[in-house]
Order: sequence, then C-alpha cells, then structure tokens
Amino acid sequence: MFKLVKIAIRNLFRYRRRTLLTMSLITIGVAFVLVFVSVTASFKSMMVGEITDSMLGHIQIHKKGYVASIDNLPLNLNLKPGQLQKVENALAGIPKIEAYSPRLKFGGVFSNFVDSTNVRLNAVDPEKEMATVPLLASRIINGKKTIEPGEILVPELLARGMKVEVGDIAVVVATNEDGSVNGYQFTVGGIVSSVTGPGGRDGYIHIEDGRQILRLDEPEVSEVAIRLEKLAALDDVEARLQETLGRETNPSGKPVFEIHTWKKLTPFFNVVRMIDIMTFFIKLMLIAIVLISVMNVMIMAVYERTREIGTIAAIGTLPGRILSLFVFEGLSLGILGAVSGTVLGSLAIVVLNASKVRFSFGRAQGLILNAGIDPIDVLTIGLIVIAVAVLAGFRPAFRASRLEPVEALRHV
Amino acid sequence: MDLITAENVCKDYSTGKVTVRALEDVSFGIDAGSFVSFVGPSGSGKTTLLNLIGCLDRPTQGKITVAGTDVQRLDRRNGALFRGKNIGFIFQDFNLIPVLTVYENVEYPLVMVKGVEIKDRRKRVMELIEEVGIAAEKDKYPDQLSGGQKQRVAVARALVTAPKLVLADEPTANLDSQTAARIIDLMKKMRDIQGTTFIFSTHDMRIVGAVEVIHTLRDGKLVDTENSTGTKEGEHHV
Repeated sequence: MFKLVKIAIRNLFRYRRRTLLTMSLITIGVAFVLVFVSVTASFKSMMVGEITDSMLGHIQIHKKGYVASIDNLPLNLNLKPGQLQKVENALAGIPKIEAYSPRLKFGGVFSNFVDSTNVRLNAVDPEKEMATVPLLASRIINGKKTIEPGEILVPELLARGMKVEVGDIAVVVATNEDGSVNGYQFTVGGIVSSVTGPGGRDGYIHIEDGRQILRLDEPEVSEVAIRLEKLAALDDVEARLQETLGRETNPSGKPVFEIHTWKKLTPFFNVVRMIDIMTFFIKLMLIAIVLISVMNVMIMAVYERTREIGTIAAIGTLPGRILSLFVFEGLSLGILGAVSGTVLGSLAIVVLNASKVRFSFGRAQGLILNAGIDPIDVLTIGLIVIAVAVLAGFRPAFRASRLEPVEALRHV
Repeated sequence: MDLITAENVCKDYSTGKVTVRALEDVSFGIDAGSFVSFVGPSGSGKTTLLNLIGCLDRPTQGKITVAGTDVQRLDRRNGALFRGKNIGFIFQDFNLIPVLTVYENVEYPLVMVKGVEIKDRRKRVMELIEEVGIAAEKDKYPDQLSGGQKQRVAVARALVTAPKLVLADEPTANLDSQTAARIIDLMKKMRDIQGTTFIFSTHDMRIVGAVEVIHTLRDGKLVDTENSTGTKEGEHHV
C-alpha cells in the first residue's frame, strides 16, 4: 500500500506544472468556499440573532389560530391562566430553555393630547422580557433601559412624528374583548428603535398596565416567547413542545396550542434560506471544479502513460492494482488540494477578522463581521473534495485497468 | 521436456473490414533452459508470436501451452498472475518506469506482483543488480542512465522473480555493438546461473550467432528451424 501511494505521488509530480495548476485550482476553490461559508454563516447568525434576540425569541407559543390572524392582535385568542400554567409546566420540564416571557399584545390609539395615531402594544414583564430578548435594552435609544409600571416605550418613528420625548405624558386608548373602551395615562419612559428599520409601531408597557387597560379579570396572555440556551437545540425543543403541548386538545378534540419557531414568524427566514441555497450552489461549483480538473489530469495521465500501463500489466500487475494506482493519484490530488485549501481559507478568515469589516443590518449599524467556521463544515468540505477527486479519478483509472497489455504496449 | 508447445497457431488482426493473417499454422516446441531466437524480416510475425507466448494476446486458432498451461484459457486476472509468476519481459525500448530508481524498478515485480517480504526483496534485488553490473547506479532514475545501463536494469527486472521464461523483443536494437554484446553475454550468463529459458525476437545477427535454436519466420509462417550446430530440423509449412 505504501509503495502504491509513493508511486502515485511521484507520478503526480512527474508533470509538476500540470499538477500544481490543478492543485491550485482546488486550493483556491476550497479556500473560497470556506471563506464564503464562514462569512455567510457569520452574517446569518448576526441576522438571526438580531431578529430573535431583539423581538421574536426563538420559539413562540400561542393559542391555536392566533398566528393566522396575528395582524389583528385578536384578544379572543389569548391564552387563559390555566393554559398559561400548562405552558409553564411544559417549559419547566425542558432544560435547554434559558428564559421565557409571557406577552399581552393589543392594538390601541396613542395620543399626546395634540395628535393621535395607532400603536401596537406589547405588555411584558420587563425582567422576563429582557432575559428572553436580551437586545431589547440596546434598542432603547433614549430613557431608562427598563419598563416601569406607568411608563411606555414609544416606537422611534412614532415619537419623532408626534414630537414626543422622554418624560412627556401620553394617553393610550384601547378596546377590550367585550368592546368597551378604556384610556390610560403613561409617562414616556423611553424611545425604542425598530428591529427591521423605520416603520415599526411596536411600543412596550408593563404587563400589569396592559391588563388594567384591557380590564382583564384574570391574567391572560397573547403569547409566550422562549429563548433557548443554544439555537442549535431549536428543532429538539420544538419537537418536545409539540409532543407535550401540541397534543393538548379542547373538549371538542381540537388542538389548544400552536408552536412556532422563529423561522415561521419572520420573512427574514427566506433571506436565510437564500443564503443557504447560495452556499449550496457555491459548493456545487467547487464539486464541478474538482471533478473536471481532476478528471482532466487523470485522463491525460492515462493517455500519456498507456505504454507504461502496458509494461506493468505485462510484468504481471493485477488490474485491481493498476486501478488503485490511478485512484490513489486522484485521492492524493484531492487530499493535497483540500489540505492546502483549508490552510489558505483559514488564513483568509483570520485576515478578514483582523481587518474588522463592518456592515449594517436594519437599525443595527457598524456590526463587525466575525467570520468563523464550524470544524464540521471544514471536515465536510474536505471530505467532499476528496470523495469527488476519487470519483473523478475512478473512470480513467478503470479504463487504465482494462487496457489490453498488447494494445497498450503498441501505444505511441 | 518442452516448456512451450505451439500447435497450428494462427493469429488474425482485423482493421475495419480488412482481416490480416499475422501467423499461419505455426507449430514448434521449446525446451526448458534453452536460448532460442525467432528471426525474420519486419512484419514476419515475430512480435505477434512473442505476445502469444507471453500471454499478452490470444491465438485466433490453435493452441499454445506454456509451462503446462493452455494460455488461451487464462482470463485478464489469471493471465496477469501467470505472467507475474512465470514470465519476464525485456523490451526494445527498455520500458522502465520513469518515476522509480534503478533499485525500485528491479524491485517492482517483487512488491507489486509477488508481494515478497522486504528482507528477501532487498537481498534478491541487490544480488541481481550486482550481477548485471549496475549496483553503483541503484539510486539513479532511468533518465540518468545510458541505453546499455537501462537494458541491464530491464534484464534484472525480468529475472528478479526467477521466471521460467524470459521473452526479449529486439533487446539489442537500441544499443551499440559493444553494449549489445555485453547484454547478450549477460543474458547467457543468467541463463546458465538460473536455468531460465530465453526467447528472442530479433534480426540482430549478434543474437542470432549466440542462440542455440533459430526459428525463422516469413510472412507469418515458420519456414525454418536450425540449431547451433547448423543442423536443420526440417522445413515447416512452406
């Protein structure tokens, strides 16, 4: 085996220029894919982080049917205390959950006594909400980084349009489930920026204030937002919640809860998918580069060495050994390309991180690109390259092993 | 006892719709340990006959037996195994493997064909490269050798597995007279030491003068067989 590998490597470097050219092509391909994967992964994780850690949370639980009419913020589809208790019990049994926040959401009219406009209000327990969406505090651009009872966090654009500032008095008027209207006076505690850029109308108040405005007899909520310890546990936790809460039915046998991950709750998931599809096509391009370049080298090698193949076959080398000899050449080319590509790609990532490339996403300005790559990705890309190189070398190698010695010896 | 017997061997080559008969009804026997040459002009069928004896090709008709084996019955794999065990080849253009050193070229059949242990391998290879006089060049690559040195390596490679038979196709064609004479002496010496049968295809009179039996081919037919004493064994199929 060692001799076989030795001969294969010597044969590769017999045509030094061609081998180095092919190896460079594979190296650059692997390095490019690694850099692309690391940059897109970094961008993806920052984008997902911005969305989930600022507003959505990783998973949300609602009463069945709520999400379908989420734009109306339907109060008749709130979770009742008994149902909330069931949710909390289920969450207590799952260790991968870091925090959760019950929210009461409703629409209202915001007035500064001069003008009035519509507003979407999130009534939350500040401690639980900050633990579930830790970037909320950084979104408060003026005022205290919390939500006190009697205070309201006003969306930035709304505050600017109505010339509202921190410390001003404002009134929120809302209609409850029974249709009765109630008004409540707030002090503007802060101005909150929107996650997805200008246009957001989501304000925040304390959950107790929300219940008072809506005159709720019992502490019902619209949704429970959940934060996981690690995003990688998303599918696992969702499956466990589906197993417990998803099976809960009402007396008429219909499901009580609906469980959604962040992917179902934001259109940005489509952007994430687009990035994944682009990454997939970039990997396909790499496969094509390796396949064509290695196959080209191997076809040329078999053609140029036909007489030599005839000689070793005449001496008594078994067809399987001849096949192995050429397969090892493809394999060696793949390994050398994958290793040098990984080294070059890793260096490029280090340089990229050291140069602190900045970008913006939504309201978040000056985010620093933190490109990093999962060792599993490195291993997968390396293995793909090596496997494709072997595959590319196999056809010419098979042809070499099937050559008739007498024909091969006649080859000029 | 005959090491090789050929009975009514014919070989046809087809090129498109044209079929050319390269050998016609050739029969002969070759004793083990003999030094034999097939002579004749270009296109007389010498190389074709050597390819058939060497299990590199199959006769269209007739039968060739080498060391008791009907070579026509060997498939690709068994043909390779048979050649590795019984036959050594020496080519006109030496056909050394360019990426291997002299030592590695001679060692190749022991590693890749016979799987001999490294200790036995080293002993056998060193013995042979000393015997053929190229020990000083053992770490050189073929492109660093002269034609005579290359052919010595080829002889050593052909003999390293101690085959019953060595087939040499025009082994002196690319060598000067002095080198050719040394190579012929070397092969005769190796025959005397190892008892290997040597069969040449040649029209080099230096080889013809050195062999014990001369088979003459013309237009694919065996027309004459003569031993070193000049005794003709009879004309065949004229």
